[in-house]
Amino acid sequence: MSHHNTQATEEQVLYADILEKGMYAGLAIMIVAFALYVLGVLPPVIPLDEISLYWSTPVHDYLVAINTNFLHWETLPIGWSWMKLLGYGDFLNFLPVAILSGVTILCYIVITPGLFARKDKAMAFMAMAEAIILTLAASGILSGGGH
Amino acid sequence: MLRNIKEKAGMLFVSLMCAIMLSPAWALASEVAEVAQIPAAGDPGWWKWPLILLVVTFVMGIIAVLGGVGGGVLFVPIIGGFFPFHLDFVRGAGLLVALCGSLAAGPGLLKANLASLRLALPVALIASTMAIVGAMVGLALPTHIVQLALGGTILGIVAIMLTAKKSTVPDVPKADALSSALRITGVFYEPTTKEEINWKIHRTIPGLLTFIIIGFMAGMFGLGAGWANVPVLNLMMGAPLKISVATSKFLLSITDTSAAWIYLNKGCLIPMIVVPSLIGIMLGSFVGVRLLKVAKPTFIRWMVIGILLFAGLKAVQKGLSTMGVSLF
Repeated sequence: MSHHNTQATEEQVLYADILEKGMYAGLAIMIVAFALYVLGVLPPVIPLDEISLYWSTPVHDYLVAINTNFLHWETLPIGWSWMKLLGYGDFLNFLPVAILSGVTILCYIVITPGLFARKDKAMAFMAMAEAIILTLAASGILSGGGH
Repeated sequence: MLRNIKEKAGMLFVSLMCAIMLSPAWALASEVAEVAQIPAAGDPGWWKWPLILLVVTFVMGIIAVLGGVGGGVLFVPIIGGFFPFHLDFVRGAGLLVALCGSLAAGPGLLKANLASLRLALPVALIASTMAIVGAMVGLALPTHIVQLALGGTILGIVAIMLTAKKSTVPDVPKADALSSALRITGVFYEPTTKEEINWKIHRTIPGLLTFIIIGFMAGMFGLGAGWANVPVLNLMMGAPLKISVATSKFLLSITDTSAAWIYLNKGCLIPMIVVPSLIGIMLGSFVGVRLLKVAKPTFIRWMVIGILLFAGLKAVQKGLSTMGVSLF
């Protein structure tokens, strides 16, 4: 029996390939970043022996406390402001999380032109809309954390 | 004989882990969190909770695989109810746990054509948009309200697990107009019957509307949403069970991504909570797959229901106690 019509479509395979590469990259960077953090290779913003003093407070109180005690910034460290702290062990771990959360946006951006080229307009518009929505969520504009 | 011993050892292991998780000792951690202040001095025992978290999420990974549920649905109520971490960070970590599980499985399911991108596209558009709204609402509401709603949702999931039926290949006499226009259809090879199964869906509009609620809840509680995705795709929209399970798993990579960005941008990410959880769940999943051969699915299913019931009641009790209402 021929199984050729059970094959995934071209854009589905393309999507899967990008998702797979992004997942492996994100997980590999996460393991390295966490090792650098825990082993003390990169100093953290919040000392390891003080982190347990903050994790039981609501996120707003936590952000105020770490800003008051360590960062001394004019605004709270929200949105993409973690990029300024990549030299610190704890905030370096935001990078793999951003990769894991961002790879889906890339998948949508890459498959959209192919869908338009095949005149699969409804799916193309939905893929484009999804890419825009995820980009908006990532930008921090929706959560008031845009910088 | 050897098989029998292995089977008993497997049962003993999961029973022991269940007993540990249901132990009243875990309840103390949550009480500590409620009265904890930020003292001036450091805590030399800071490493204990991440280590316990690693062990518990490892066990959770095993149970999730054996019980056929996503890691997120176990993670948030259990870690939120029995660990000293605030629910804001637990929900953020829960989304990442569900997201990573989905990212790990998604590519393989898409390539095998079990997860359908055409089915996922419209569903994901609605669910991910609502997950953003849910995440924003969840982070704006007082913690005890979220805790209470989380408890109610977990108890609802228990009810779904107890009552929902499954249909391997639902009868879809005719694809509806919308799914026909969007060409949401497919073919997959079923090795057990050596058949190529053509599938199509119906009730597309009611199904898509249901994902408004599912997406909102996924974002609000950081639960993942496989428990709701599968019944809607399978029973309401008529996708075959394999396609529903695989598409649901892949779908979480989109729904949870949108909500994860909101939690990330709001600062709800503590690597010391997130990374041990991800490592624990992933290692547990590997072991769980191997234990599948010896564990009894019915027993595991009842154990998962029992754990969720207990965790759901705990969340309700925590939410009510903050409001000055004593449940027990």
